[in-house]
Amino acid sequence: MRNGNRWLPVLFWTLISFLTLFPIYWLFVISVKPAVELFSTPSVILTDIYWQNYLDVLGDRTLRGYMVNSLVISTGNAVLCTLLGFMACYALSRFDLPGKESIFFWTITNRMAPPAVFLLPLFLLLTQVYRIGEFSLADTRTGMILVYCTFNLPFAIWTLRPTLDGIPKELDEAAYVDGASAWKVISEVVFPLARPGLAVTLILTWVFAWNEYLLAATLTNFNARTLTTGLSEYVTTTGTEWGIMAAISVFTLIPALIIFSLVQRHIVAGLTFGAVKG
Amino acid sequence: MHSKTLGWALLAPTLILLFFFGVVPFIYVLFVSFHQWNPFAVNPDMIFNWAENYRRVVFDAQFLASLGVTIAFVFFAVVSELIIGYALAQAFMRDFPGKAFFRTIHTLPLIMAPIIVGSIWKLMTTPSIGILPNILDDWFGYNLNIGQSALQAFTVTVIMDIWHWTPLVTLSLIAALVSLPPDPFEQAQIDGANKRQIFWHITLPMIRPAIIATVFIRLMDALRTVDEVLMLTGGGPGSATRYVGVHIFKEVFPRTNYGYGSAISVVVLYLTIVACWLLYVSLIAPRNTRKG
Repeated sequence: MRNGNRWLPVLFWTLISFLTLFPIYWLFVISVKPAVELFSTPSVILTDIYWQNYLDVLGDRTLRGYMVNSLVISTGNAVLCTLLGFMACYALSRFDLPGKESIFFWTITNRMAPPAVFLLPLFLLLTQVYRIGEFSLADTRTGMILVYCTFNLPFAIWTLRPTLDGIPKELDEAAYVDGASAWKVISEVVFPLARPGLAVTLILTWVFAWNEYLLAATLTNFNARTLTTGLSEYVTTTGTEWGIMAAISVFTLIPALIIFSLVQRHIVAGLTFGAVKG
Repeated sequence: MHSKTLGWALLAPTLILLFFFGVVPFIYVLFVSFHQWNPFAVNPDMIFNWAENYRRVVFDAQFLASLGVTIAFVFFAVVSELIIGYALAQAFMRDFPGKAFFRTIHTLPLIMAPIIVGSIWKLMTTPSIGILPNILDDWFGYNLNIGQSALQAFTVTVIMDIWHWTPLVTLSLIAALVSLPPDPFEQAQIDGANKRQIFWHITLPMIRPAIIATVFIRLMDALRTVDEVLMLTGGGPGSATRYVGVHIFKEVFPRTNYGYGSAISVVVLYLTIVACWLLYVSLIAPRNTRKG
């Protein structure tokens, strides 16, 4: 419409991109400097790269354990939520269940509640109520996988519903007429068609679980602590180890960045909660 | 249609899980909030004490202060994000070289963990190691120390939120702007309307549903901001950035006064619902009545 200079927007967006990228670059700068150099005048240009902070993080047995916990919890939670979300959405889209729209809406509202409100009740329930004899869910990976379902399962249902509604019902009805069992219809007709939607859901729930901090910080104390809680442990009022803290941050950031660069287009819609289509 | 039993069976795991980790915690927190309960006190039993906890919450100066700064934070963050996000969305509406690339970079912060965003901004703003205090001091002689100045700490948390979440607003508004039909704009230009008139009388009313949806999502998220602020300022200095989530995490949770902690949680949940309801009534309801 307007015939402005073509390069003016490029200049403008270069500036905006600089504002977006510089803080991330600065994180990297701090992570590759020895502690003594940090307190001299901060310099933006890297002359040499010092990898010791990363080696220290990888060499730390506790932090390695946190990484494994993060990996196990996010993967377990993402698979569980995607699977249950798929089942629930199949039921919601194919069966004439009474009150199913209310059920759908109710599951979504679970994600809207501020997690801080549920810190205390979840803590009390996990430590005192949800236990069988010696076995309690508090400070276990299983416990965290289940707790993370409170925000990820509603999200999975929200994103998978359009996918399953979009698969024509005639396809599974035809298969039923041919004498296929319900299991066969779901696994061989519906599942392959829903695969792209399932992949996006799996990826996003994984990232949300990986990024979570508040619940992990309050509901775990040693066995199931995650990388994000490890990060906060390095911030103390007296002498934070900045280099280590930056290196842990980079480790936490990397999986999300890789995923983002691979499937950027598909996940934007999911991130904006369906407000954006593409 | 095939048997409903199968449908319920497929839905059951979800319902059971959300019941135990969504409904039960809610009922439980409500139940505990009407009791005096401190398992580590001389008397560790739960004692029903009517609405005593709620009476204390209403007069709790710390909690009220926390509520006040939360409202200020949410207001400044969401309004700035809306204005900047709209400007950026408009800037994306014309074609220029590398548009897709710039859009990708702009989206980047959305995928980042809030706690990492907090750690990044802590490394940016901590005096002695951060780049911002140094540059501001060298170039303008301005002293930035978010550990000392309440106003500076508050402002940095708002800027951090803008950095993190403006892309969400931009993307939502781009989607809305792209889907607008060109006819009304052409007609308005023919009729000699100026840019400001077009914005107020055509663009704004047409993208209103998208703006409402975006504000809604952002408001909910901003109200529950905890991780990044906890990392950046820890709620300080004093209680300058102790937003309700941070308040619960730092002040309420560590204390063993569970009845009182539960009452605060219930009040925060109630206020969140009220905030959403007010937004709904003031933005969506008037539109519907006008239509009807």
